Amino acid sequence: MNEVRHPKDAFEQALDTREVMGRSLYVDAWHRLLKNKAAVVGLVVLLLMVVLVLVGPMLSQWDHEIPDWDHYSSPPSIDTQHWFGTDALGRDLFVRTLIGGQISLLVGVISTLVSLLIGISYGAVAGYFGGRVDNIMMRIVDAIYAMPFMFFVILLMVIFGRNIFLIFVAIGAINWLDMARIVRGQTLSLKNKDFVEAARASGARESQIIKRHIIPNLLGVVIVYVTLTIPQVILVESFLSFLGLGVQEPLTSWGALVNEGAQELETAPWSLLFPASFLAATLFAFNFLGDGLRDALDPKDRF
Amino acid sequence: MALLEVRDLTVRFETPEGEVKAVNGINFDLEPGETLGLVGESGSGKTQTALAIMGLLAENGHASGSVKFRGQELLGMSSGELSRVRGSKISMIFQDPVSSLNPYMRVGDQLIEVLTHHRNLKPKQAHQRAIDMLERVRLSDAEQRMRQYPHELSGGMCQRIMIAMGLLCQPDLLIADEPTTALDVTVQSQINSLMGELSEKSSTAILLITHDLGVVAGLCDRVMVMYAGQEMELAEVEAMFKRPHHPYTEGLLHSVPRLDQEKSGILNAIPGHPPNLLFAPQGCAFKERCRYAFEACHTRPEFEWVNDTHAKRCHLEQLPDGASDRVDPTVDQEKLS
Repeated sequence: MNEVRHPKDAFEQALDTREVMGRSLYVDAWHRLLKNKAAVVGLVVLLLMVVLVLVGPMLSQWDHEIPDWDHYSSPPSIDTQHWFGTDALGRDLFVRTLIGGQISLLVGVISTLVSLLIGISYGAVAGYFGGRVDNIMMRIVDAIYAMPFMFFVILLMVIFGRNIFLIFVAIGAINWLDMARIVRGQTLSLKNKDFVEAARASGARESQIIKRHIIPNLLGVVIVYVTLTIPQVILVESFLSFLGLGVQEPLTSWGALVNEGAQELETAPWSLLFPASFLAATLFAFNFLGDGLRDALDPKDRF
Repeated sequence: MALLEVRDLTVRFETPEGEVKAVNGINFDLEPGETLGLVGESGSGKTQTALAIMGLLAENGHASGSVKFRGQELLGMSSGELSRVRGSKISMIFQDPVSSLNPYMRVGDQLIEVLTHHRNLKPKQAHQRAIDMLERVRLSDAEQRMRQYPHELSGGMCQRIMIAMGLLCQPDLLIADEPTTALDVTVQSQINSLMGELSEKSSTAILLITHDLGVVAGLCDRVMVMYAGQEMELAEVEAMFKRPHHPYTEGLLHSVPRLDQEKSGILNAIPGHPPNLLFAPQGCAFKERCRYAFEACHTRPEFEWVNDTHAKRCHLEQLPDGASDRVDPTVDQEKLS
């Protein structure tokens, strides 16, 4: 055996010259995302929207519940301090649109988180163990899928009364099915990767492998799906509110406001215009961001 | 007592086409600190033998026979017990080092996890131990590498990390499945000399799977030649290279390209293809390709001892003279390095 040398090739030397911290693939993806203009615009719009719906109501002298007895259905005006006008009951639409935004975004985020939590753990377990476990677990998903969603929601509302938390639960309980399917599919391909085999060979337990190796590798797909699910959930909530099953007066959401606005379209078009544009802007922003994330996380697919 | 006793190990795979007989009743022992080479062409069952020992066969695979590690039966062990043995007493290095590391975890975290899991070390101690080990496998700037991700490192660096990970818990047995196949030639020789050095310094036994006879000559104490899931020859390395007792071994040695070969450009390949393992070979598995085949080859030869250390599965008393006078990769190995 000859003496072992310790070669430093050019690559290693280049690395030697500076302190290396290591950049994860997610950090790389983040840098790619920042180069995507549409995605950055989407991200900025969303951040502004969040700040606006949280801070905005405090800027106005009006309350979302108390009518202004002097102004019913009055158009937007600086003089009256009703920047977006008022509705038929004289309530300030600026404040109501922002409060509605709070509720809509809250529903979107919380319902998605609920579906995320259930969906990831369920899908990862089904995909990882495979075989019969997978079969049984996915048939349960299929069975729940077969239940008519609207019927399910209406039933919940009738039994438990109209409650905003029920909406979170109802939407989350339906949306996790998609998440579980996506995560299961990804897990099926991940569990045969070499590093999972290597982890098993170094004695990691099944639970550790799922937690440390499978789930972190799923996050890319999951993040993309989340940004596309939130607007979908917001739409579902709007639809429920439109049907009168969603948020109840005096609280409101974008869906409920659009519903009211649509009824007064001829007399007070502004009461449809403002909530509808806020809703549309948010949905656009989420979709742009989701698109950008997908490109950033999977750079190979772009070319 | 041998460290590892493999008796009549058989591996079968259920496939839609039928049952694939990947490994057909092989036997061998591995002594503590010894390096055993497992050679044979692709599909001869080398890797499946290793995976069966580790209990890592694919879902449609089934191993039978007996694998005793320090007298403890590994086949049929529960997955909980197995995961205590794996990584701490037996560890394994795979072919492709880059894809064997989790792309989303820092290298250091992956190393530390092995130690905290098997040795119950505190993260801080584990960190120091991991750095020491990276330095032992001669990875430069170990501290810095700990913070990096696999995609930021070269294939050779990743394989050093995998070797370090395999040795972290000072296992009794390290199974290396073609550890240098995915690397380029210069890095291959570095990794090989590293493995040789580590096996000399530590008491870890190594089961080295490879089809590079030069590597076998340089690293191994003994070598086992496999063909169609059977052991064909088992001997000490020098004896095997000096005087092979099996026509297949002879063919393998003969097919190694040599620097001083005439420039005809033609490699001395063994004619024909390995048998389809869907069907159990009748008689000697190698007879279709064997230049010495005769009537007796229609019955399967026993695996018998030629002398104390040398065994073969062949009906021939000994290979005709002069058959192997030209082959000696040990010479090549010295020339190359």
